[in-house]
Amino acid sequence: MRLFRALALTTLTLFAAACEQKAAVAPTGAAAPAAAAPRPAGDTILIGHVGSLTGSEASFGNSTENGIRLAIEEINAKGGIKGKRVAAKTYDDQGKPEEAAVAATRLITQDKVTVLLGEVASSRSLAMAPIADANQVPQISPTSTNPRVTKDGDRVRPFVFRVCFIDPFQGTVMAKFAREHLKLKRVAILRDVGSDYSVGLADYFKKKFEELGGTIVNDQSFKSGDQDFKAQLTTIKGKSPEMIYIPGYYTEVALAARQARELGIKVPLGGGDGWDSAKLYEIAQGALDGSFFSNHYTDENPDPLIQNFVKRYREKFKETPDSMAALGYDAAHVAFDAMARATDLSGPAVRDAIAATKGFPGVGGTITIDADHNAVKSAVVLGIVKNKAKFVASVDP
Amino acid sequence: MTEFLQHLVNGLSVGTIYALVALGYTMVYGVLKLINFAHGDVYMVGAFAGYYLSDLVGVRPPWADPPPGAGETFFKATVVTMGSMIICGLLGYLIERFAYRPLRHRARLTALITAIGVSFLLEFGFQLSPLVRTPIEFPPGPSPRVFPALLARSGYEVFGVTLSNYDVIGLLVAVGLMLALQWIVYRTRFGTAMRAVSFDPQVAGLMGIPVNRIISWTFVLGSALAAAAGIINAVSRPRIEPLFGLMAGLKAFVAAVLGGIGSVPGAMVGGLVLGLAEEYVAGYTDSSYRDAIAFTVLILVLLVRPAGLFGRLTVEKV
Repeated sequence: MRLFRALALTTLTLFAAACEQKAAVAPTGAAAPAAAAPRPAGDTILIGHVGSLTGSEASFGNSTENGIRLAIEEINAKGGIKGKRVAAKTYDDQGKPEEAAVAATRLITQDKVTVLLGEVASSRSLAMAPIADANQVPQISPTSTNPRVTKDGDRVRPFVFRVCFIDPFQGTVMAKFAREHLKLKRVAILRDVGSDYSVGLADYFKKKFEELGGTIVNDQSFKSGDQDFKAQLTTIKGKSPEMIYIPGYYTEVALAARQARELGIKVPLGGGDGWDSAKLYEIAQGALDGSFFSNHYTDENPDPLIQNFVKRYREKFKETPDSMAALGYDAAHVAFDAMARATDLSGPAVRDAIAATKGFPGVGGTITIDADHNAVKSAVVLGIVKNKAKFVASVDP
Repeated sequence: MTEFLQHLVNGLSVGTIYALVALGYTMVYGVLKLINFAHGDVYMVGAFAGYYLSDLVGVRPPWADPPPGAGETFFKATVVTMGSMIICGLLGYLIERFAYRPLRHRARLTALITAIGVSFLLEFGFQLSPLVRTPIEFPPGPSPRVFPALLARSGYEVFGVTLSNYDVIGLLVAVGLMLALQWIVYRTRFGTAMRAVSFDPQVAGLMGIPVNRIISWTFVLGSALAAAAGIINAVSRPRIEPLFGLMAGLKAFVAAVLGGIGSVPGAMVGGLVLGLAEEYVAGYTDSSYRDAIAFTVLILVLLVRPAGLFGRLTVEKV
């Protein structure tokens, strides 16, 4: 009996050790460079990219990576920057904040990159931001919308920028859209508690929606990686909302949408730019029809600048660029533009040049960096019709 | 009340998966006293095997390239499930033969660490970008893939409670497999041999029982059950990716311990209890405590019954 207990205890200890083991071993996977790039030579400017090339948000990292590659190809075709060629070095963070921090440190201290691009997700950008600041290397996040990425409390992080709008704006846009455009009164929220992005969007949505006279009937949560959402959805169904706001990432959202329809919930769902991936429609298979989400850009926009980008991207990668690709492309071009304007290629000089970016024509909108290092630009609301996103409205800041 | 019943249906549907995976843990533990941490990943491989096989028999998502063939039938679903069970059975055999058998007489810790190694090998091996493109993309890479609907889903609504043929089939298959397993363990010569090996492998060997073969078959059976679970889960929650076996494996391990590790009905009941506990916790309290409270239930049960619900404490003679 005593022996058995001892055995059970050992097993549990080993089990715990096994869990730790997993965490400890993981970095080797991330350490492998995703793309071979030449070492920084005298005539090459090296930029670093940290992205989720693997993991459940793999489409984000791969899209930004494609966008950045396209931008580099273009700048090199034009003769590079200050007579130097541009090369990128990319590390995979597997969608984990701790890996993103490791990758950022490695790019800065070992590879000596001039500018750091990434991450898509706010949690990961937040892990990288203090490192960029401490080493005085400018970081540009393509799509991290959480305010804290560039602003730590009241202090603006001097070396961290983004080329997208922020959560308050995105959450507010959807709240306004739901209340004023769709005339809804009762909305339920299903948020990913493990994600700074999702929690931020949900909070700002809630604040604005209640301010406009709407009611949040229920506020449920899940964790990324969950496969079953029926418990939360069943409870939500009992409160009979007119819309469910799910500001999550595409894989969970699509599964949740299917399960909502299976439970007989027929109301539209709402979300943010985390929905934007071709995988969303593949998994949802029509379950999201009639739903709406806010986004950075749409490839339907007839602007020749955007259509040119879409055409070149399609030629190179055989797929339609999503927002992450467009903003990765923008982030890279903003960095190139700043490096070309900067007095030299030191961190502080490039930083000053990025901060001075004004009216830069990006495919995700015209970019002006404000005092808080955010890009001021408009958002679009897309509606899903027959498993395809269609442009519905554009909302200005 | 409707809500309560709906939660019951949802909880059973999730619990079924835990139960099927837990059966494999419990069998291997019963015979070898080894916690096979790679079992959750065999479950993942089962889902991927099903994904590739359904492509082969022409069940594809509607947007697929090439477009779907004749579509889904019950026969094809059975073929895919059986095929995937065979593939995973083979995988289970190979894992045992090449990873565990050479270490069987070493310290138990060695085998446990090896199990974790095999688990990593499968998880990260499957995340490599495809080395082979035709006839299938293998390894599948990190992006989630969509599992095709092997059977058309039909939902029913009874007093406001929705349930689908997937849930019913899943539960029936799980109960059926559990009964079959119970029959094998207690009513066949193979089962008798298994129990003998579990009792004392050396003496069993001396009595003429082919110990290696019995252990191999135990792995084959357990892995085949994991494959069945992988497919049942993937059909109703059609997102598969190389890491999704990790959490399911942990939960199933908990279910096995909860039911009393080594006990076949215990694994089944443990799985269902865990599924229901999670469901009601998420449904009626704050959903972010889902896992925390489910695992607290485990701790409480183990405090009251250290051997789990169906386990028997045995005095080990030293």
